[in-house]
Amino acid sequence: MLELSSVSKTYRTGDAALSDVSLQVPKGQIVGLIGPSGAGKSTLIRCINRLVEPTAGDIVLGGKSLVSLGGRDLRRQRRRIGMIFQEYALVERLTVMENVLSGRLGYVPFWRSFLRRYEGADIQRAYQLLDRVGLLAHANKRADALSGGQRQRVGIARALAQDPDLLLVDEPTASLDPKTSRQIMRLLTEICAERNLPAIVNIHDVPLARQFMQRIVGLRAGTVVFDDAPSALTEDALTEIYGAEDWDAMRKGDDEQAEAESDALRQLAEVGA
Amino acid sequence: MLPVDWCLRSRAKRIAIWMGWLALVALFVWCWQIMTETTIWAFVWDAPRQAQDVGGRMLPPEWGYLPELMQPLWDTLNIATLGTIGGVIMAVPVALLAARNTTPSATFLRPIALFIIVASRSINSLIWALLLVTIIGPGLLAGIIAIALRSIGFIGKLFYEAIEETDPKQIEAIQATGAGPAQVLTYGVVPQVMPALWGISVFRWDINIRESAILGLVGAGGIGLKLNASMAILAWDQVAVILLLILATVVVSEWVSAVIRRTII
Repeated sequence: MLELSSVSKTYRTGDAALSDVSLQVPKGQIVGLIGPSGAGKSTLIRCINRLVEPTAGDIVLGGKSLVSLGGRDLRRQRRRIGMIFQEYALVERLTVMENVLSGRLGYVPFWRSFLRRYEGADIQRAYQLLDRVGLLAHANKRADALSGGQRQRVGIARALAQDPDLLLVDEPTASLDPKTSRQIMRLLTEICAERNLPAIVNIHDVPLARQFMQRIVGLRAGTVVFDDAPSALTEDALTEIYGAEDWDAMRKGDDEQAEAESDALRQLAEVGA
Repeated sequence: MLPVDWCLRSRAKRIAIWMGWLALVALFVWCWQIMTETTIWAFVWDAPRQAQDVGGRMLPPEWGYLPELMQPLWDTLNIATLGTIGGVIMAVPVALLAARNTTPSATFLRPIALFIIVASRSINSLIWALLLVTIIGPGLLAGIIAIALRSIGFIGKLFYEAIEETDPKQIEAIQATGAGPAQVLTYGVVPQVMPALWGISVFRWDINIRESAILGLVGAGGIGLKLNASMAILAWDQVAVILLLILATVVVSEWVSAVIRRTII
């Protein structure tokens, strides 16, 4: 169970990306997060695994608060949270197998990961996951040799290798064609059902969200304006979320994206990675 | 009615640019005067005859000298190769400290790393060798260390720029798995920069072959030592052989480095 209470994020520039967001996600539930660009979707899911630092509020995953952790404790919690990215974010020059095994980095000591001497159980698990996403035959190919849909499946396998208690999914289909998008969404929902995994999925595509999500949360300008079953997502509700035609929000969206990236970079510098 | 004439620059700007060119020409004329003030023109007019004379003494090259050059040539290759390896080993940590996205401390360690890079680059390897021959005595070791010290700056600078150009998304993804700093480095950063490191190192090795050929002039071993000796006794036919040998070596090393870089990238 994931519990967000009054989470807010104000970037250094003074832009409030999130204000007072409270949300509960029970085990096994798949929540679609929709909203215009700049509504704070990306910021919200990055606050949960602290790739972006929330400015206020509390985030509790399975009884453990995530907001005040640092160093080793933070990493220990991060490994419980699988993340899937818009442009796959695989390490392009590593093999598919190395990418999947990198999901175990939070569990194995440095020398094992450096020498690629993973334990038998981890290796077997990685093969199982590759089999599950239909890429067993590609295990030794380099990630950049795969197609978009295949890469996203590797991304899913990597997140699952973490043996997560929660999946964060950031625009999983934005770089894919409509057919592959549906395949990926189906795979994601099946896997969550198999493992009773909760997931938060940022998604641009409203029909896709309606088709695959159990619950939809609408975000507008950093606040929750809709939270209900997909069937309740009427035209009026959509106008409430997206506005009639809100071109300003799009421009703000570019800003938010840039801010989130610079925030992440700054953190990277702080941990001295 | 919209205007029919349009100029890229305003009148004032055009005049300023014209004045700038005029100043440049004036500066050139003035410099030329200072330069030629102390020139002894008799020597300059004499130049073609002198060149012909030296050229004549170089021909035919003394090919019998070639076997004797093989050992110094081997030394030169070793100076270049070992020096490059030493340079890479020292440059990698410096580059990690200098790159904005991997440095542990941007305010304290990064400036130090940048200073090391600048210091190494600003001193020619011949000067490094001169210093080292004084400190640790003449021979191959001084040459190897001189090449290594000069290489730190070159490799360090290009490598830290490569580190800064890595894709932050891949690094973020590794962080999100709960990886520690050393793991983020080896999984997120290293795979992205390895091709660059190989390319830079081979490029520097290629440059180092050329540089190590002259280090002997100051006593740091290799084929330069022979060149120095032959010039001292005015054996121009031997000098010709040495120069041709260096030329051949450089051509071969350039070809090798091109082949290696092509296969990596």
